Amino acid sequence: MQQWVYSDALILGILDRVETIALVGASAKWNRPSFFAMKYLQEKGYRVIPVNPGLAGQELLGERVYAGLGEIPLPFGMVDIFRNAEAAGPIVDRAIALKESRKIEVVWMQLGVIACAAAARAEAAGLTVVMDRCPKIEYGRLHSELSWGGFDSGVITAKRRRLKVAWS
Amino acid sequence: MSREFGFETRSIHAGTQPEPVTGARQTPIFQTASYVFHDADHAASLFNLQTFGFVYSRLGNPTVAALEERLASLEGGRGSTCVASGHAAQLLALFPLMEAGAEFVASTRLYGGSITQFGKTFKKFGWQCRFLDMDDLEAVKAAVGEDTRALFCESLANPGGAVSDLESLARIAEGAGCPLVVDNTLATPFLCRPFEFGADLVVHSTTKFLTGNGTAMGGAVIDSGRFDWSKSRRFASLSAPEPAYHGLAFQETFGDLAFTTFSHAVTLRDLGAAQSPMNAFLTLLGLETLPLRMERHCRNALAVARFLETHPAVAWVSYAGLPSSPYRGLAQRYLPAGAGSVFTFGLKGGYRAGARLVEAVALWSHLANVGDSRSLILHPASTTHRQLTAAQRQAAGAGDEVVRLSVGLETAADLIGDLQQALDSLP
Ligand SMILES: Cc1ncc(COP(=O)(O)O)c(C=O)c1O
Repeated sequence: MQQWVYSDALILGILDRVETIALVGASAKWNRPSFFAMKYLQEKGYRVIPVNPGLAGQELLGERVYAGLGEIPLPFGMVDIFRNAEAAGPIVDRAIALKESRKIEVVWMQLGVIACAAAARAEAAGLTVVMDRCPKIEYGRLHSELSWGGFDSGVITAKRRRLKVAWS
Repeated sequence: MSREFGFETRSIHAGTQPEPVTGARQTPIFQTASYVFHDADHAASLFNLQTFGFVYSRLGNPTVAALEERLASLEGGRGSTCVASGHAAQLLALFPLMEAGAEFVASTRLYGGSITQFGKTFKKFGWQCRFLDMDDLEAVKAAVGEDTRALFCESLANPGGAVSDLESLARIAEGAGCPLVVDNTLATPFLCRPFEFGADLVVHSTTKFLTGNGTAMGGAVIDSGRFDWSKSRRFASLSAPEPAYHGLAFQETFGDLAFTTFSHAVTLRDLGAAQSPMNAFLTLLGLETLPLRMERHCRNALAVARFLETHPAVAWVSYAGLPSSPYRGLAQRYLPAGAGSVFTFGLKGGYRAGARLVEAVALWSHLANVGDSRSLILHPASTTHRQLTAAQRQAAGAGDEVVRLSVGLETAADLIGDLQQALDSLP
């Protein structure tokens, strides 16, 4: 299977720049991966707008659920696609169409989601594309949190990380 | 990615960035039982496994996690779980795969303690272990099937010096839909990385070469992250909803993080064999010099083995690094940088000569351990393999006349000189 290689700098740049994420394929079930990712990203300070036509109008983790990307009435820098590769294509095209009005910069497809043709269209339209990755795992990996679970983060450095200090 | 850095670099750096709060360069020993939550919601997220973080040191500890990450990196695995001893690691590796009435298949050439653990103690859980000569690949193929939960072997066996044909065993395991679990204690990831040959899980007694100086007990299970636990119904712990976590299915939710997440959140939580942070720190220190030490261990072992082959009191030497070894070909394939430093030799004088030799040496420590910077000597028949039957001892390469060496890092001529005077003194 082909592996997509993204530099740590690219991923960190995305995670530093983006403030609002539209999460397509959000689930209301607490033990679904998309629910885990949404809750985690909220804890890290991102605003996450859930998208799921079946749940439109309901509230999920304090946010209103929208039926589609076009219904979200505010800008979102990133679209995180929690759907299979087949479903991803039309969602990517919708993101391309909404790029200017919603100030979209990044299209991110989850672990296992690989849609090369759609990715090429998005890149041609000036969007940054990440495929086959989970933003929760990448955030954790690059901020030492994945390491706490005993996992190989792949991060080797003698630099001291700067911490944002906040009392809780 | 760490794979781009060399093995030596990762032996020193993987898992241990400078500690960000204080800047401490050496890894702190987090000697704490528990960890403060930010608020009630953070606590809930941690207990639901929705966020990364520490709750209680039975499940995870920062110093132990640093060792886990380093071992995962060195083996080329996804994640690892460090535990109180090598035996605890074997229990932890099999626990998610087994249940009462289930069967796994293990090599007859395993370390004697493993044979006792698998054949006697695990039986009390209703776990059936079927022992097979894993050199006989046809017999292994015939023995495994839809109900087999795992194939278990050592890459380089303690003490007989047998080398497993990992690639062939991995193919047999794959055909049977079960994981290949490899005890890589004697080889260490410097000499052999079983995942590169298709193994699914690796276990270690970190007590041995990884720590390297006999200071700390420890064990590790490393997961390749590649086995699909949901492919059959055999591995329900990882593929079916887990009642203790409100019906969460580990593989579905955690993907390739599932095995290691389960090992911390369920197995360590309930079996409790956590590693102490002090021991993890000592093993991290030891790993810094693993590549240098293993090179010297192998060089000294070859020199000692060559000497023994020339001594008239010695009947045979079983070291996979010698041209005389039947495992020479497998060793060149799986252990190209050296065949380790634990091996056996036979004395013409049998049991009594063996028992006498261990008393006649003065520089070799007579004790039950391997993988120390000091050279160690043991007569297995009268010690570690005492609990086994004569037939089991023979199969494990620990017959009456057998002496086991763990060749250390001293001056090779001194080690040979001491063995020579002791061998010369045998009647
Ligand atoms: C190959 C091998 N596996 C497992 C073990 C068990 O490890 P521990 O003694 O750390 O429990 C040993 C210990 O002698 C060993 O040599």
